[in-house]
Amino acid sequence: MRFERREDVSLTALLVAPFAAVAAALLLCAGLIAMAGVSPWVAYAEMLKGAFGSRLAITETFTRASPLILTGLAAAVAFRARLWNIGGEGQFYMGALAAAALGHATVTALPLPLAWAVLAGAGMAAGALLLLVPAILRLRFGVDEVVTTLLLNFVVLLFVGLMVEGVLKDPMAFGWPQSVPVAAGLRLPDLVPRSRLHVGIVLAVVVVLVVWLVQSRTVFGAETRAAGLNPRAAAFAGVPLTATLVKVAALSGGLAGLAGVIEVLGPVGYVTTTMSPGFGYAGIVVAMLAALHPLGVVAASVFVATIFVGADAMSRATGVPSFIADVIMSVALLAMLAALLFTTYRVRR
Amino acid sequence: MMEALEILTNASLWAAVLRIATPLIFGVLGALVCERAGVLNLGIEGIMTLGAMVGWLTVYWGADLWTGLAVAVLAGMMMGWLHAMLTVPLGLSQHVSGLGITLFASALAYYLYRLWVQVGDLPPTIEPFQPWAVPGLSAIPFLGEAVFTQMPPTYLAMLLVVLLAWALNHTPVGLALRMTGENPHAVEAQGLNPNRIRIWAVMAGSGLMALGGAFLTTGAFNSFFPTMVQGRGWICIALVVFASWRPGKALLGAILFALFDAFQLRLQTVVEGVPYQLFLMAPYLLSILALILVARRARVPEALMQPYRRGER
Repeated sequence: MRFERREDVSLTALLVAPFAAVAAALLLCAGLIAMAGVSPWVAYAEMLKGAFGSRLAITETFTRASPLILTGLAAAVAFRARLWNIGGEGQFYMGALAAAALGHATVTALPLPLAWAVLAGAGMAAGALLLLVPAILRLRFGVDEVVTTLLLNFVVLLFVGLMVEGVLKDPMAFGWPQSVPVAAGLRLPDLVPRSRLHVGIVLAVVVVLVVWLVQSRTVFGAETRAAGLNPRAAAFAGVPLTATLVKVAALSGGLAGLAGVIEVLGPVGYVTTTMSPGFGYAGIVVAMLAALHPLGVVAASVFVATIFVGADAMSRATGVPSFIADVIMSVALLAMLAALLFTTYRVRR
Repeated sequence: MMEALEILTNASLWAAVLRIATPLIFGVLGALVCERAGVLNLGIEGIMTLGAMVGWLTVYWGADLWTGLAVAVLAGMMMGWLHAMLTVPLGLSQHVSGLGITLFASALAYYLYRLWVQVGDLPPTIEPFQPWAVPGLSAIPFLGEAVFTQMPPTYLAMLLVVLLAWALNHTPVGLALRMTGENPHAVEAQGLNPNRIRIWAVMAGSGLMALGGAFLTTGAFNSFFPTMVQGRGWICIALVVFASWRPGKALLGAILFALFDAFQLRLQTVVEGVPYQLFLMAPYLLSILALILVARRARVPEALMQPYRRGER
């Protein structure tokens, strides 16, 4: 058996791959659900109901999808240039911290749209800085950025703990380690009244469209693609590799940071050490399921959010541990990786 | 300053160092075996988590501690097989596959734990390994308490370092393994199958990683709880680079690391006014620093992360 590279990747194959991966994941995890003594049909039906069965469920699913769109986009942008940013989780928290730190005092002095712009800028800068360190370590010293970004996630989480128990601690929180809330006027308006769904999701989709245009229409977009496909050929063709990777790092870290800002200004209102149920790590799954395409990121985020919100409801109804969501997601990631192989290669006997 | 010295000259500190180093030694040896054969295994964090859960659960269900470790090794090898299948014959991205394995193995561990174990207010416990004093040697002042009164898996870890160093450098199997990581074409030319060697190496290495995880729940602690591995796997990946892919240096790295960890734990109780998070951050920052220091001089296995396909360059 050997693999032959296909001349060109067909769009159909690329569109089928994620569905095949998700189907394989649901099929494989059915066995685990059956082990809990629950019929997989019942469990999956409950999940669908839990994610889309009511107005509240639907708004919750899209609320969950909003930060995933941005962390997924952050991973997709970086992976496309073969910059392995696994630090989305840390960058998310840096953005959230920046929003909380500036959100209660200084910014209230500014008129609203400007205040939001300042917070978004600060959060993006914080996230970008966190990724620029590993990016520069790789470019300057050849240190693998996978390990450094992963290790920095732990450092940042401790730093968040330090802040919410220290200078940013909310004295009104009855001793709970959480930051002071951002000013009420700064909170993002609701999209659907009487729900947690806010305009953040619209913002996230707009950002996706902008990134898509940048990637497909600008020199920078072409350069990142070239750097990812074949760095040596790209350098030979005159692509400034170092500058491109630094820009990609700033963009990727900034996007994850923005996710943190929006989560604070949207549904949460303050920072805690548990505010992210792994948005950064789930972003990697989102990016892979989207085959690193910005538009695919939106669809993949909704899928991952469906699994998580649905699994919580299903767990309450049937008693199957909600960790099944993480299992489904990780199996989908592995299956997608294998499925992508068949979009770029054909098997010859 | 005096306090620091006092802590460092205390034999109980050094006994703790070896105990803290044990999971790291297993993990770093496991990563080393994989990488020496040319495969980066970022599944380590999840494999350690799964090993911790499976090892603990086996004992919780009535088996003895050594059976627990053995079952954990088997679980680790199964995850290793999966990673090897995806990255060796299929040649998929070792980065993404490894992260996928980490997400999968830890999610599976948490799911099965919730499914099979009734957790009350506190996680249920088992009777863990007890320190075993080596007859005679444990009577030596200082060294006896620091080195020769350890839990049995700690002695196993140190024995494995010696064994692996010898096997890598002085046996045909070790030579084949090293050659697969440096130049798989040369292995093929010798009539061996480099992909088969890689698959076995990844499985063996993953078994060792799981053993490291299992020590956490059967030795260092006596119960399992989510996120207990706390980035130890990633630290092991950094330590392999720091050790230039050599078992002896890996042991040294793990011990230095554990020394720092044990030292900061004791320092926390002495130094006042410094937030504990700063102490906890230090190990991760130290790992990054170690990577920066050695990165320029690191002798990476030539074919690391390069899938091998016959007749393709």
